[in-house]
Formats: sequence, structure tokens, C-alpha cells
Amino acid sequence: MAEKDLLYNYSLHLADNSMILGQRCGEWCGHGPVLEQDIALTNIALDLIGEARSLYQLAAELKGGNANEDTVAFLRDVLAYKNILLVEQPNTDWAYTIVRQFFYDVFHFYLHSELINSAEPRLSNIAAKSLKEVTYHLKWSSEWMIRLGDGTDMSREKMQEAVNGLWEYTGELYMPSDIEEQAFEAGFAPDLNILKPLWQEKVEDILAESTLYIPERNYQQKGGKKGFHSEHLGFILADMQFLQRAYPGANW
Amino acid sequence: MSNKEWPLWEVFIRAKQGLNHKHVGSLHAADVQMAIENARDVYTRRMEGVSIWVVESKNLHANEPSQQDELFDPANDKIYRHPTFYILPEELNHM
Repeated sequence: MAEKDLLYNYSLHLADNSMILGQRCGEWCGHGPVLEQDIALTNIALDLIGEARSLYQLAAELKGGNANEDTVAFLRDVLAYKNILLVEQPNTDWAYTIVRQFFYDVFHFYLHSELINSAEPRLSNIAAKSLKEVTYHLKWSSEWMIRLGDGTDMSREKMQEAVNGLWEYTGELYMPSDIEEQAFEAGFAPDLNILKPLWQEKVEDILAESTLYIPERNYQQKGGKKGFHSEHLGFILADMQFLQRAYPGANW
Repeated sequence: MSNKEWPLWEVFIRAKQGLNHKHVGSLHAADVQMAIENARDVYTRRMEGVSIWVVESKNLHANEPSQQDELFDPANDKIYRHPTFYILPEELNHM
């Protein structure tokens, strides 16, 4: 694959992860359990969507022609989205939202810690900006893991249920797609094999502190990176893309 | 399920180095750590601050409103407490 196409596809994969998780977090807007956490979560949503914007701008620049960040984000259908399955899982409740966020934040943190060394300066700049935000996200979600895991009987039960329900979507984080492998060989993406043990150690530490455990059943889902998504993504895109589809080119 | 409300906290933000912390509002949080983070999320989203103080509202003590007269009125006619009776040199025009 030509380097330009590779960078385009890799940027899209990163952008789609942040975009879809940002969209999911945004669904809490106005529905948070308390005002303070409603704002905290929508702040995180905006950080994620901001990062996605930078990456979509890069992708649009590489694509050329009439492409811009909006066409890249809003005019691709489900199969063209390359986000992992974890980020499209429904909010369900506060426990699922926190656990999903935590699993992703740990990955996101180590990803950007490596991506700042990317041979591609546009990626390393985006990573440097996002890393500060992600450091806060990880602190926030880790504290909620501990607070609710090591909380009351009911909060622990709900958190463990969320860990059990989402664990099967964590394996995909470290199953490299062809794009990720080639991007690593080309020098602008980190090696997922280096990130994996860091992720495991951090997740095990926080789960232990949260008095939660990793479920024994270890079947792992995959496919998101190739465009094979759960039924949920179609609904997210319908919601997210409606305006641009119904009123093409609509602007503020 | 417990319906206990999280305690209330008062939030003070320093807008930039050299300025005082100013009271900006209040919020609910379960403990100090959460109060500081909630303050960050609620009150510093638009670059309002470089430092945050939080104090649990129950630890703030106020004067009795009924004592208004004895506390504040006596200062009313003590104009000599203002440093306005000095003649300053011209050069000190920023005092």
C-alpha cells in the first residue's frame, strides 16, 4: 500500500475510535447521574471528538479532492468505519460506561505515549495534544472504577457485571489489522505487542484495587477494525449522520 | 439504595498567578479528590483558572445577618481610615 493510503487508513482507524466513543459519551449529555459528572463526561466526549477532528482533517488532506473533515466523518457507511467494537457498545448504565471508558483510556494513554514518537510529525503532534487530555480521562475513569468497585455490594455487583460484559471486546485492542501492522513497519504507528503488557498490568492493578476480577471465560470478539461491526454502529451513525445526509453540506 | 446526598463544597479559583483565589460557586462531591476534579470540570472549562481550592461548605462560618448594625455600621463615619489624606508626589500616579 502506498504510504499516503496507509497513513489515510491508519488515521481513519484512530479517528473512528475516538469519534464513536465521543458520540457514545455525548449521549449522556443532560442525562448524567449528577450535574458534575454530566459535565465531566461531556468534557471527555468533546476531547475525543476534538481529537477525531484533527485526525479527520489529516485524512481529508491526504484524500484530496473535495474531501473535508465532515465528508470523511459523515459520509461513510458502517462497513467503512474501522473503529474497534468496544467503543460502539451501548452506554447501558453508569457502570458499563465507566468500564468501557477505563478499558479504552488505558489503551488510549499508552497508544499516545508511543505515538508522540511517530515518524509522521502530523500524528505525533496530534498525540502530544491528546495525551494531556487522555491522562485526565484515565485518572477519572480509574477513580470511578475504584470508587464503585470497592464501594457498596450493589455498586460492586454492577461493576463486575460490566467488566464481565465488556471483557470480550478488549482482545481486539491488540489484534493488529493489516493497516496497523504496515503502519508500524512504516515507522508511524506503535507496536501493539509493546502496548499490550502495559495495558494488562495497568488494568490488573486497577481491577485489584477495585476488588473486581477478570472473568474466566475468555472468548474474544473481533472484526471492527475490518469494518464488521455489531448492530449498534448502524444506529450510532444514523443518529450522528442524519443531518449531513438529510441536508448535505449543512453548516452552522 | 442510599439516597444520601453528596456534601456541598465551595469552590475558589485563582485566575492567574499573583491574583487571589476567588469564590466562583459550589458543587456536590463525595470527597476532596472528587470535589477538586468536579471543580476542574465544572468551573475551569474555559481557561478560568490555574489553581483550585475547595472547602466543604459546612466548614465555612458566616456572621449573623441580624448583627449587621453592630458589625458594619460603625465603620461608616471613620473616613480617616482611608488613606486619602496624603498628598502623593506626581510620579506615583498609579496609587
